[in-house]
Amino acid sequence: MADTRDEVALDGNAIGGLLHEVFGREMTTAVGICGSCGASRQVAEFVVYLDCPGTVARCRDCTAVLMVITRQQDLNCVDLMGLASLTAQG
Amino acid sequence: MEGTAVRGRLTWQTGTVSSVITETADTRTIVFDVPDWAGPGGIKQRAGQHLDVRLTAEDGYSAERSYSIASAPGEPLAITVQRLDDGEVSPYLTEELRAGDQLEVRGPIGGYFVWDGESDPLLLVAGGSGVVPLRCILRHRDRLGVSTPAELIYSVRTGPDVIYRDELGHYRGVELIYTLTREHPPGWTGLTGRVDAAMLGKYAWPAAQDPIAYVCGPTPFVEAVAEALVSLGYPPARVKTERFGATGDVNG
Amino acid sequence: MSPVTRGFHGKRRDAPADRVPPGQYVTEGFPVLSAGPTPHTKQQDWTFTIRQGGTERKSWTWSQLQAEPVEQVTTDIHCVTRWSKLDTHWQAVSIDTLLAQVQHDAKYVLAFCDGGYTTNLPVADVTGGQAWLAFGYEDGPLAPEHGGPVRLLVPHLYFWKSAKWVRGLDLLDHDRPGFWETYGYNMYGDPWKEQRYAGD
Repeated sequence: MADTRDEVALDGNAIGGLLHEVFGREMTTAVGICGSCGASRQVAEFVVYLDCPGTVARCRDCTAVLMVITRQQDLNCVDLMGLASLTAQG
Repeated sequence: MEGTAVRGRLTWQTGTVSSVITETADTRTIVFDVPDWAGPGGIKQRAGQHLDVRLTAEDGYSAERSYSIASAPGEPLAITVQRLDDGEVSPYLTEELRAGDQLEVRGPIGGYFVWDGESDPLLLVAGGSGVVPLRCILRHRDRLGVSTPAELIYSVRTGPDVIYRDELGHYRGVELIYTLTREHPPGWTGLTGRVDAAMLGKYAWPAAQDPIAYVCGPTPFVEAVAEALVSLGYPPARVKTERFGATGDVNG
Repeated sequence: MSPVTRGFHGKRRDAPADRVPPGQYVTEGFPVLSAGPTPHTKQQDWTFTIRQGGTERKSWTWSQLQAEPVEQVTTDIHCVTRWSKLDTHWQAVSIDTLLAQVQHDAKYVLAFCDGGYTTNLPVADVTGGQAWLAFGYEDGPLAPEHGGPVRLLVPHLYFWKSAKWVRGLDLLDHDRPGFWETYGYNMYGDPWKEQRYAGD
């Protein structure tokens, strides 16, 4: 499996503010299920690549793309196609 | 225009720098005066959370970064920033910023890497400036007056890189273990080398005591420590991780 | 409107307007931009394949690529995240050299890469001495974090078109969006026209 230990690979904690802005609530504790491998993890545990040129969140288990967030004309565009489900907690 | 804070909404607020404290040669703690942050009826901060910071140049160019909050809930808001040589924001924050300056902040952010005063034994493992949210947790523990057993394993390159050295030595009931990875002074009797399973097996709470671990540092550090803890029997759900990298401050 | 932060200018250096596209700033560093894990493919395991309709038309191994005429390319590069880097030096094989060995009438290509990344380009933009397979950067081999062993180099378009870890081209008769283009980035990506997003 490809290496997610690179310095450029962060985690979902790094996009807590961005996700809060998009969803209007705390989302790093939301649980996402990977549409590719079925792994279930909190958003904080996703592997996150910032500014590349958008933000990409990948599954920590199979590296599939789970979320892509781009900023276009001051609007955040969010794609959750890689997630089978995303459930906010609390 | 300043928006009215709506419950649940995250809004940018103006923070006024009240002081800049030199921690190490390349690290500064920045204390902000933010209306309604601390005090009764203030923002409900949890230990371990983040703050987003936005800087705006005269031509409208702006840069946003996310930093761990260094201050405990109820205290004036503070972040601790390490200068990255190739960075765009950290050199400004550590060298140019001074008391009276204003910048935009929003927070507190996050609900995963947080500690709310639980009594399970606390294992805190820091790599470099990954100590910042862990210091927040220790301050919070101290202010709560709880007796949660705690230990901090703190990996730094050299002795002078230790952030909060005096403060960390004063916490009661906290076992403090330093390991120096690059060079150590003559007569150094503490640990040397990277945090690995052998070191954790010797110094970390045994898994049987049902500890909860908070690991923060550069990505390779966090991966190695989290894997080692799991190999020692820590359930993955009891190992909370937060990774930071240089990249967040290299890209424009 | 955000208040101005006293003394903050960003890490920018002025450059002649004919040298740097609008909205760009010059950087001395070489930021690493990745949308996924670095693959670390070894030279001996690397191949480059031109495909059409799902069929392989021609393939090169690492040593076969080295046997093609190698060019020294000096060029400026422009990233959509607004940094530009001037006078970068590359060792590379022209895409002209490779496509000349395949009979086709394709109008577009979709570059594919280790890790699943893709990006689309008109054939007219990867021919005519405008695009290369680069494997050397400055004085050494191209580092994995910058796309090594081999990346696409198409410097007249935004740098996301210069796909890292490239493994081949699909020849297409119609344009098909790649990874970032699917998420709203421009199908073409001309930095001089600031074609960042669809519709720019």
